Parts: sequence; C-alpha cells; structure tokens
Amino acid sequence: MNTVTPNLVELRDLKVAFDGVQVLHGIDLDVGHGEAVGLVGESGCGKSVTWLAALGLLPGKASVTGSIRLEGDELSAAPRPTLEKVRGKRIAMIFQDPSSSLNPVLRIGRQLTEALTIHRGLTGESAKAEALRLMDLVGIPDPRRRFDQFAHEFSGGQCQRLMIAMALAGEPELLIADEPTTALDATIQAQILDLLVQLRSETGMALVFISHDLGAVSQVCERVCVMYAGRIVEQGSVDQLFGAPRHPYTRGLFDAIPRLDGPRQRLVPIPGTVPNPKELPRGCAFSPRCRHATQFCLTNKPRLLLQPDGRSLACTNPIEAGREGAVQAKILEEAIR
Amino acid sequence: MKPLIEARNLVRIYEMRKGPFSRPQPVRAVDDISLSVVPGETLGIVGESGSGKSTLGRMLLGIDAAQGGEILFEGRRMPPLRSPEWRALRARMQLVYQDPLAALDRRLTIAAQIGEPLDIHQIGSTEERTARIRELMDAVGLRPDQAGRYPHELSGGQRQRAVIARALATQPSLLVCDEPVSALDVSIQAQVVNMLRDLQEQNGIAMVFISHDLKVVRNIADRVAVMYLGKIVEEGSSDTIFHSPRHPYTQALVSSMPVPGKRLESRVILQGEPPNPAARPSGCAFHPRCPLATDLCRSKTPPLQQIDAGRTAACHAVASHAALAA
Repeated sequence: MNTVTPNLVELRDLKVAFDGVQVLHGIDLDVGHGEAVGLVGESGCGKSVTWLAALGLLPGKASVTGSIRLEGDELSAAPRPTLEKVRGKRIAMIFQDPSSSLNPVLRIGRQLTEALTIHRGLTGESAKAEALRLMDLVGIPDPRRRFDQFAHEFSGGQCQRLMIAMALAGEPELLIADEPTTALDATIQAQILDLLVQLRSETGMALVFISHDLGAVSQVCERVCVMYAGRIVEQGSVDQLFGAPRHPYTRGLFDAIPRLDGPRQRLVPIPGTVPNPKELPRGCAFSPRCRHATQFCLTNKPRLLLQPDGRSLACTNPIEAGREGAVQAKILEEAIR
Repeated sequence: MKPLIEARNLVRIYEMRKGPFSRPQPVRAVDDISLSVVPGETLGIVGESGSGKSTLGRMLLGIDAAQGGEILFEGRRMPPLRSPEWRALRARMQLVYQDPLAALDRRLTIAAQIGEPLDIHQIGSTEERTARIRELMDAVGLRPDQAGRYPHELSGGQRQRAVIARALATQPSLLVCDEPVSALDVSIQAQVVNMLRDLQEQNGIAMVFISHDLKVVRNIADRVAVMYLGKIVEEGSSDTIFHSPRHPYTQALVSSMPVPGKRLESRVILQGEPPNPAARPSGCAFHPRCPLATDLCRSKTPPLQQIDAGRTAACHAVASHAALAA
C-alpha cells in the first residue's frame, strides 16, 4: 500500500479566500511519515486555516484551491464519503479549547466508543475495553470509574487528554494539534506537551503542531514553518531556525519574547501590526514592519526558495550570512522576473 | 520608603454550591495574604488559574471587600466599597483588565472613554479634558485621528492601549494590571510591556502586575510573589526568584516555561492537576504534587518565613534547609 510516496501529506499551492478576500496565498508544505512539524505565526496568519482547508472543514463561503494529497491520493476535490474516511481516521485533529470540543451532555465513555465504532468498527465490550486502554494511554487516572462521567467533571488538562484519546481512536497517521496547550496552565501545558512527545514515539504517527508559542513548538517538533499573512516565510529544522533565524520576522518573534534568564532588558517589539488581509502591501507583506526592508521589498513579493543549508526562506534581504550563494541568485531571479 | 499600599492578612471566602440544593461550601480564594508595594515599584503576582491572584488584585482596590485583614492606602484604612471616600480614592488607583474589548464600551468613541474618568472625578474644564485626552493618547501611542474611532475599529493591541490610557487619565499612583497582555500576540505584547514600563518610569506609578506568564512578569516586575491556592508560597526579587527558585512549586513553574530551543527532557514536569480550591488538601496545599513532601507537610501548613534577605518562602523543606545553613 505504502509505495514510493515519501511524504504522508503534500500541500501544493493551497489558497483560501473568504468572501473574495484571499487569506492564504499558496502554501506548499510536506509532512513526512512520523514527522513532527510546527506551524507558528501570530493570530490571523493562516496557520489554522491551512489545515482546516486541507481537511475540508471550512464553511461554505470559503473557496479553496490547490492540491492536497494524502499518500498520493488527491483530497481537494474528493467527494464527502472519501473525506469522511480520512477525517478523524487517518488524519485527526485536536483544538485549543477542549471543554467546548467535548459534548457536555454525553458521558465520556460514550463519546470515546462512538469514535471507535465509526473509525474501527468496534462495538460493545471490545469498544469499551479499547476506550479504557486509550484513557489509560493518555494518562487519565482510574479510567474505569471515570468512564461514565461527564466532561464538566474533568479538569481542563484532563479534557485535553480525553480529546487526544478520542483523536487516537482511529489510529491516525497524522495528528493535527491546533494550539492544544494555549488554554492550559503552565504546569499542565508541560504535561500535555510531554504526552504528545511520548505518544508520537509510541505510535509513530506524524504530528502537526500549530501554535503561537515558539517555546512549545521547539519542544515537540523537528521542523518548523513560520507563517505571516497567509504565506510561509521561513521553514527549516528547529536547530536551524532557533539557532540562526534568517527571516526578519522570525528573528523579530524571537526578540519579542521576554527572557527568563540573563539580564533584564527592554523588550524588542516588532513595530506596527499585522496587515489587514483586504489591504495587503504590494510587495513583501512584512515590509512595512521590517527593519531590513528596501525599496525593492516594497514592490516585489519574495518567493519561498530553498537555501544551501536546507531551509526555505522568502526574503530578499535576510539577516546575516552575507549576500552570497542562494541569496544572490534569488535577487537575480527576482530581478529578471 | 513608606509603602503606598499595604495588605495585612487578607482573607476572601467565596461560597460555592455543587448543585442547586446542596449546602454552600466555603472556598478560601485568598487566604491570609500580606504584602506591600512602595511608590514606583512593580510587584508581580504569578500563579495558575484558581490561585486567587485576580481576587487579590480586586481586593487591593477595594472592589472585592476583604472578609478578614485590612488594606492600608498611604497608611490609612481603605474606606468601604461604594462610599464617597472610596469613590474619591478610586481616582488614585486604577485597574486594567485582560480583555480590552470587554472593558470598553462598544457605543462610545475611544476619546470619550479615555476622558470618562475625568468626567466622573470632575477634573479640569472641558478644554483641559480635551487636551489631557490628546496627551494620554500620545503617551500610549495612539494616533490623534483614532480619537473618533469605536473599539471594534481598533486592533487588540490598540484597544489595550486605550484601556491603559483611560486608567492613566486621573494620574493614579497605583495601577493593578490583571493579565494585561495575555490576549495579545507576542510582537504586540512586547510593545505594550515596553509602554507600561516607560509610563511607570515617567510617572512613578506603583504597579501590581498579575499574570500567569513568568517571562513577562520577570521582565516588568521588581519583586514577585508566587501564589498557590490562595496563599503566597514564595516572594523575592524578580531576578533571584526565577534564577534560583527555592519553593518546589516555583521550581516547577520556572521549569515548565517552554524556552525556545530547549528540549523537553531536562525539565521538571509537575505531576497531578492543580487542586480544587473547594477541596483544599490538609497541611501544605501543594503536598499532593510535591516531590519533597513528608508527613510534616501533610499535617502542618508551613508559614511564610524569611529564608534570605528580601526572600520569603512557605515550605518546611526550604525552611529546615535555611536553618541548617544559618
């Protein structure tokens, strides 16, 4: 079954518009088997929309174009029954607010067995046994007693554990976690991150971790994509991006985070705000806030290009590393265009 | 320096019912807390949800009445809620909330809202108020042409600037900020934190900064108090407390903060859930989650005591360690 396709999911030129306003401007993204990819960016940059669009979960007013392939099978124009076999089964998703994602009037056990019945055809005692195993797997103490409880009887952290258990019910090949720890307390956040890392190593599933928290992303992911205004602006391994960010926006995000160690310093904010998707700048979307921006940046959109060190970068004036190699070539390429 | 505001043994008890017919259970949201803030100083208060940090903030302003203990503002007792004296005093102390959209009136322009405290406290003539509004908007980085805008026309960061401008209108000497930047994106958060620091330096305002984000608190606060289930468990200067936390809870909090580029393995991950304030564990409230817990911790509540110069902690293990060292 698993032939030569090296990647589990491939997004090509994925574009999304709401009521004619384009919010996603062509996303190319691969997720390999068992890989953990982080998607970071500020609110409104399109990091959640990318995956909602890929799974066909956006409302009707959204127009989605581009290609979404799961092990070579095209999903973008797939009929609903095909999508239903993928959603929740091969690709599962968990969201920011666990308590509002759970049904408040159904017992937890029933919600878990429902997922098992739909995705794995388990019923009766076998479904219950599997549900108890999943609850135990995600670290719910005393699952037998808690099987018949309601969502409000669990704490926020435990609700998120239950959501993860439900997502695992279909034995997914890819788990998409959309800000899974944002609504949780710091100590609980650390527990959930730890759980995600542990589950990934046990099940071998791939993970897409969507977050605005660079710290959380670096703890669970191997590769990170930084998004800004509906585009990927920089992509690379965690070490590359965190060691030497090249895009001024990535760098700006790091500089803006207050430090827990070292001397207390004045924070370095990124000036201005995220542009309105209705009135995007003509050139690079980040240029009005960018310290490195030149006249060229204001009028020309940079493309996401592969760099010699393996990362991709969409910037004509990146930080350091001089103006040699790929950077030079890129400037030339843009100039010719 | 004499403290601007001083709290002594504050207690606040909420009554919580499990169901509509069950007997109400007392929940000690704030349990015997004492603290003081001198003019121009920033006290950070950190803790998880349910630790009572927001209740404490409201009590410091007299919005939530204390059921035990007392609050002294410039050495005088806080007048009772809604009395004319309290209303007059409220001009000197202001509150900034987490959600700026909820804190602003959707039907009033930004300028009208920033000027509202001036109307309420009858400060200045109409011309002076207009001038003051312009000055405030400039101070928080809002453009003059935004004066006539409504809250929904501004971004999250701009709204929070408007809320802060409104809080500063009466030139308060105390500002209580309850999670003021938690709803903002990182890049905007840094703008607002810098602005708060500048405004504080220029005007010598004392600030109580409540947040769950240790990184922001460390950056803005001079001193930090860590709360757990209604009690302060550790207090110290923001440089030392995060650099070398002594209380096991503070250690776990500091360790649980994700630092970009640092892997998960080296961290202490606290087990267990934050306990329910309605079912407070016996002895030290932290003992069910504490790696150092002994029988003493299960039976006796540790008092908040000095462990170093300018450093207090409420922990039996830390206290005995400090006693040995001395």
